[in-house]
Amino acid sequence: MSAVLDVLSLVAIAAGVFFFFAGTVGLLRFPDTLTRLHALTKADNLGLGLVVLGLLLQVDSVLAGFKLACIWLLVLLSAASVSQVIARYVRSSDPSR
Amino acid sequence: MIDLLNIGLVTLILGLAVWAIVAREDFAAVVGFIAYGLLLTLAWVQLHGIDVALTEAAIGGGLTGVLLIGAVAHLRGSAAAVSAEPTSTPVRWLAAGVTATVSGALVICVLALPNPAPTLAHHVADNIADTGVGNPITAVLLAFRSMDTLLEAIVLLFALLGVWSLASDKSWGGRPGPQPQSDPNGILAYAARVLPPLGIIVGTYIFWVGADHPGGKFQGATILAAMWLLVMMAGLIDAPPISRTWLRVGLVAGPLLFIAIGLAGVLTADAFLSYPQGLAKPLIVAIELALLPSLTLVLGLLLLGAPRRGVQS
Repeated sequence: MSAVLDVLSLVAIAAGVFFFFAGTVGLLRFPDTLTRLHALTKADNLGLGLVVLGLLLQVDSVLAGFKLACIWLLVLLSAASVSQVIARYVRSSDPSR
Repeated sequence: MIDLLNIGLVTLILGLAVWAIVAREDFAAVVGFIAYGLLLTLAWVQLHGIDVALTEAAIGGGLTGVLLIGAVAHLRGSAAAVSAEPTSTPVRWLAAGVTATVSGALVICVLALPNPAPTLAHHVADNIADTGVGNPITAVLLAFRSMDTLLEAIVLLFALLGVWSLASDKSWGGRPGPQPQSDPNGILAYAARVLPPLGIIVGTYIFWVGADHPGGKFQGATILAAMWLLVMMAGLIDAPPISRTWLRVGLVAGPLLFIAIGLAGVLTADAFLSYPQGLAKPLIVAIELALLPSLTLVLGLLLLGAPRRGVQS
């Protein structure tokens, strides 16, 4: 049973790392701020979500799992808010968009 | 495997340190510095210094980073004029020489440390029961070396006075920070409504748990100050004028109580800042409880900067 959990964790965390990697590539390669934001927030949320999912399979107490889930939700909230703020700033400073 | 991770971490830290120095743009340098602070946090976790890691994340990476971003924003415009002024070659060499000498001396000192390094840790471990707290870091900060903590709390007040003294005569006593302008339905206002309840719980928890586990008033106060700043940034409340009595009382209340308990130690115990037998824990909790709001105010107001808007506006 624990071997199965380990494999599942490994798969989820590896998938999370892949999304982080893809997001970073997008951040470096995409042409403008809005597309870069898109790459970053999507990949970060999904990447971190998968990493947290992988770690959730390894926790030994409900409290630790709850904390991990809270961390993910808080990052989701802050990433979404910050990218909205940046995107609005970009739009208001460049009316041609 | 862990060694490989540690080597990677150290390489990244050194790389970011170099980046923060050589980056052409001020903003890029500050971003490098913030990332440097966060990675340093990981390094402290690897060294099992969780208390230091928490402080580094809150103060070193977070608060200092925001202070530096504010400084860069203020310097925008004048920075170009400053960098256009060429620095003479001797000055550059002098700066490089002084930096290299200081770094070299530090390296020699660290390498010359005897192994095992001299430590007072066993004294702390032997006497921690007298203080009633379970976290040795808290015991050191508030019992064995409480003078340092007292001076730290006071020096922050002086720093705030230094920031305030940059105010023009016209705006003295007024509100710091820009006029709040908010979109009440905007995303920032939403975050400023959702996040603070959680942030206040987390900040208070980190403060409270500091007695027995990593945490404490500085880390807790940073989180509380961040929540306060978020609500102000979203424009839901305005910054208080610095002439308000409650504000000034709040700022000095913590350090004053600390000093009062210290002076009481002269009468009831044998020295300044020593606690009477059996009363150590409640007194430590009282000091921490009084310092928490003071530190929250100081840290928040430090980030808001000098008052810019007059009392009447």
